[in-house]
Amino acid sequence: MKRSDCIKALYPELQDRLVVTIMGACAQELYDLGDRDNFFYLQHAMGLASSIGLGLATSLPKQKIVVLDGDGSVLMNLGTLATLARYRPPNLTHIIFDNGSLLSTGGFASHTTSGITDLAAIARGAGCPNVFSADNSYQFLEACAEAFDSHQMSTIVAKVEAVGPDHFGMDIALPENAFRLKRYLKSIKN
Amino acid sequence: MTVSRDNSLAVYRGIKAAGVKSISALPETWLVYLLQLAEDDPDMHLIEVAKEEEAIGIAAGAYMAGEPHILLMQNHGFLAAINGIVSLAMSYRIPLCMLIALRGHWGEPYPWHTQGGIHTEPVLRALGIPFEYARDPAKVGLQISQAVTFAKSSLSPVALLLDRELMED
Repeated sequence: MKRSDCIKALYPELQDRLVVTIMGACAQELYDLGDRDNFFYLQHAMGLASSIGLGLATSLPKQKIVVLDGDGSVLMNLGTLATLARYRPPNLTHIIFDNGSLLSTGGFASHTTSGITDLAAIARGAGCPNVFSADNSYQFLEACAEAFDSHQMSTIVAKVEAVGPDHFGMDIALPENAFRLKRYLKSIKN
Repeated sequence: MTVSRDNSLAVYRGIKAAGVKSISALPETWLVYLLQLAEDDPDMHLIEVAKEEEAIGIAAGAYMAGEPHILLMQNHGFLAAINGIVSLAMSYRIPLCMLIALRGHWGEPYPWHTQGGIHTEPVLRALGIPFEYARDPAKVGLQISQAVTFAKSSLSPVALLLDRELMED
């Protein structure tokens, strides 16, 4: 399963959701499908995408938030799983693409390589409800459908190949991305 | 030495008067009463984090959502959050209003706090983060509202250092 295929399959569902991605390949793959005002690409600060999602979800209970995270980022901020479990905003879906690799920063093996570290088990142990593991596209889409239909926070750990796009480049400055999302949220008057 | 309940209330009143609707925090001794007040306040979103860097992300989310937010942490937590402050807040021009318990400074009896106390101000200066010391309960409310205003207008992190004089009786 490729992350880009997962994001492509998910894309129609992201039109009205607030989406926070991690850096690098994940951000680029979403951007290439069509940039939107409700997308925020965290191009550094690894580990904080889910914290941004928690902040958005807490402040905006009527909005639906999707975080597109990765194994390397989550491993840098494992405490976030416990914080998410404690507050578990029902409007948050946390998708962790686990490619077992720090792909965007050099392709080094991460701790999840060869199944040594099980992020879904860590999320469950942290107390997160509705934790799904997906090894193929069918399981991934089924988990997403279940997560979006439920009125509870969900975490989906999707095992994907360690491959990314053949190019990088986005025509949006970092502050512009923050201002744009802020303006979008103001315009839809929560 | 005990934590000042009255002055904690003065700080919390300042937070409320500044229009703050949500707080992210890592609990620590000097913040105990402040956190209790936030917990008991039905109009305040309080998120307690496992490590302070998470709070930078939460503050960014609250900012983009248009919700006035402050961060409560100890100075050692500020030191632990620096990559988030630089790579998220500064890079994306997200304002942060940080209320930082300044442990390990004048009058500090505990050796383990001292190095963090000694290095907090130089690190703030190195990062170009505007800061003030809060020592007087009569002035802290104004200092908080000024910090909130300045963070918002400058799109920058700002820090108010909660001093021993204010936080202990």
